[in-house]
Amino acid sequence: MRRAAVLGTGQTHHRARRTDVSMAGLCREAIDRALADAGTDWSQIDAVVVGKAPDLFEGVMMPELFLASALGAAGKPLLRVHTAGSVGGATAIVATSLVRAGVHRRVLAVAFEKQSESNAMWALSIQPPFTAPIGAGAGGYFAPHIRSYIRRFGAPPHIGALVAVKDRRNGALNPYAHLRQPEITLESVQSSRMLWDPVRYDETCPSSDGACAIVIGDDEAASSSSRQVAWIRATAMRTEPTFYAGKDHVNPRAGAVAAEALWAAAGIRSPLDEIDVAELYVPFSWFEPMWLENVGFVGQGDGWKLVESGETRIGGALPVNPSGGVLCSNPIGASGLLRFAEAAMQVMGRAGEHQVPGAATALGHAYGGGSQFFSMWVVGRQP
Amino acid sequence: MTIAFDYTRSLGPVLGRFMAGLRDRRVLGSRTADGRVHVPPVEYDPVTCEPVTDLVEVSPTGTVLSWTWTEGQSSGWALVRLDGADTALLHTVGAGAREHLRTGLRVRIRWAGDRTGHIRDIECFEPGEAEATPETAEGEPVAIMTTPIRLSYRHTTSDEEDRYLRALAEGRLIGQRCPACHKVYVPPRVCPADGVAPDEVVEIADRGMVTTFCVVNVPFAGQRLDPPYVVAQVLLDGADIPIQHLILGVGAEQVRMGLRVAAVWRDREQWSFTPENIAHFEPTGEPDAPYESYAEHL
Repeated sequence: MRRAAVLGTGQTHHRARRTDVSMAGLCREAIDRALADAGTDWSQIDAVVVGKAPDLFEGVMMPELFLASALGAAGKPLLRVHTAGSVGGATAIVATSLVRAGVHRRVLAVAFEKQSESNAMWALSIQPPFTAPIGAGAGGYFAPHIRSYIRRFGAPPHIGALVAVKDRRNGALNPYAHLRQPEITLESVQSSRMLWDPVRYDETCPSSDGACAIVIGDDEAASSSSRQVAWIRATAMRTEPTFYAGKDHVNPRAGAVAAEALWAAAGIRSPLDEIDVAELYVPFSWFEPMWLENVGFVGQGDGWKLVESGETRIGGALPVNPSGGVLCSNPIGASGLLRFAEAAMQVMGRAGEHQVPGAATALGHAYGGGSQFFSMWVVGRQP
Repeated sequence: MTIAFDYTRSLGPVLGRFMAGLRDRRVLGSRTADGRVHVPPVEYDPVTCEPVTDLVEVSPTGTVLSWTWTEGQSSGWALVRLDGADTALLHTVGAGAREHLRTGLRVRIRWAGDRTGHIRDIECFEPGEAEATPETAEGEPVAIMTTPIRLSYRHTTSDEEDRYLRALAEGRLIGQRCPACHKVYVPPRVCPADGVAPDEVVEIADRGMVTTFCVVNVPFAGQRLDPPYVVAQVLLDGADIPIQHLILGVGAEQVRMGLRVAAVWRDREQWSFTPENIAHFEPTGEPDAPYESYAEHL
């Protein structure tokens, strides 16, 4: 297969309310940074791929219509991608596929969300037909599955708080992060309000406005770049139904199968040894141990032990979410692409204060819907 | 079913000035690098991709370029190019009757009486020439515009849903078995794992066990219950997939995995073709179900 690489990344300063910009302005803030980081300009962009959160979140059904000129898409192919919360990851993978297929030399991928224009909690709690009217947002959906994880493996209750402390402190190193809390402690997390028992306020992602963009290029574009690129060594996407009899919400099959395919395609035999840093999609802190197991870094029931050992901090065996992750910034439509971009930034050596020293191989990961869409990539300093 | 929300739009520097202009009965267009003036303004130049910063005032009078009419209406739809602009704006023209609307017709903006800095400050267009707008200093840009959206749905039930809802109206719960994996789905549906229609209809008990749950402590827009309340996955006896429901009749701190619960039905007079015939579930007092009996349903 043809090779592809991330040439540059850009993101916005994520905030609760970016009322200073329109959706177009928000996207351009990320895009302009990505083009500059890639050392390229509009004349070299051959196609644009855009992803955003589910339409009800912002009340915008077809953003690609009114955003076409802001995304520089006039006269070029423009594609829209939908896969709920994982859409940012899927957007990066669609752009990668266009390059790998030999269709385009350079593709711009952009994903965004302006959560302040709506209320995701409301949008996620609408009663579908034939169910009791008791939905309570993403937290209400995922909290019972976190309880199942804790019960299945006897995980101690402070594990979620440990992740929250780590990610919020990491976020303090990231100038783009929405929440930057260098002073947070285990005690402060454990005394924060219980929102969806067993999930506390400080163990929950914020609601953010933000965007992310990346430029993906082919072998020739990457070779002509004067800066380090992030070679895309493998991508994987898998899907499963939201509900089916026997669905394992703690260890979803689609996530596990996607990861197996990813490691095989990247030629990685021992992910924990060969991956230097991982950006996992962790909107509620307990998903860090759950995804560590689901993608195969450790065996079933060992995720919380890796967290407890401190090995997922910067400086540990497998730093997870050095950017602060979704727990610090959650513009839902962009969150997946941010994971993919942050993985690329790490291997390009351009992660600034939250750089993991010597990172050569990184995982970007996203999931969406009722743990039903999974997308991931492995990027490296070398092809 | 109706869902509605007042979405807010952050306008940014270009659209914010455009909306502020409408409030003052002025129309601003954006001039792109090729010299063209766009109304409504574009935020980014479609040719150079650069941000557009040059806003110029155009006339509130313009010319109909093309139009359409729906029988029985008193206004038509038209593309209007305002004098000084190079692009056309789509709007209604209150022409009264179809024969009064034509290509080339000169039309002017009919301003709304109560203007707030919103696209609806333009009520519609009407035949005629506008009087000159008095000179005024440009007002503060509008930061946020509210756009209410309301959606109404009518759901056409599938055969399986129809059967399920009719049983509910009789105070019964039914499931259906997948012919491929033999799992019983409640409510019955095309098997999500095998993609085949269910066949055997199975009577399901209105009692079962809590597999897992969360205690909702957070209030939010559109919430139908006052927190705190317990939302549980309830695996009904005879079913292979849990349903989500509310647990009452016990303190939230006493709800646990494996708790045996039974449906509490509303008064029979209130029953209709809806799952809301069941008000909630509450404990039966039976011993808890062992973990192994529901572990595969988590």
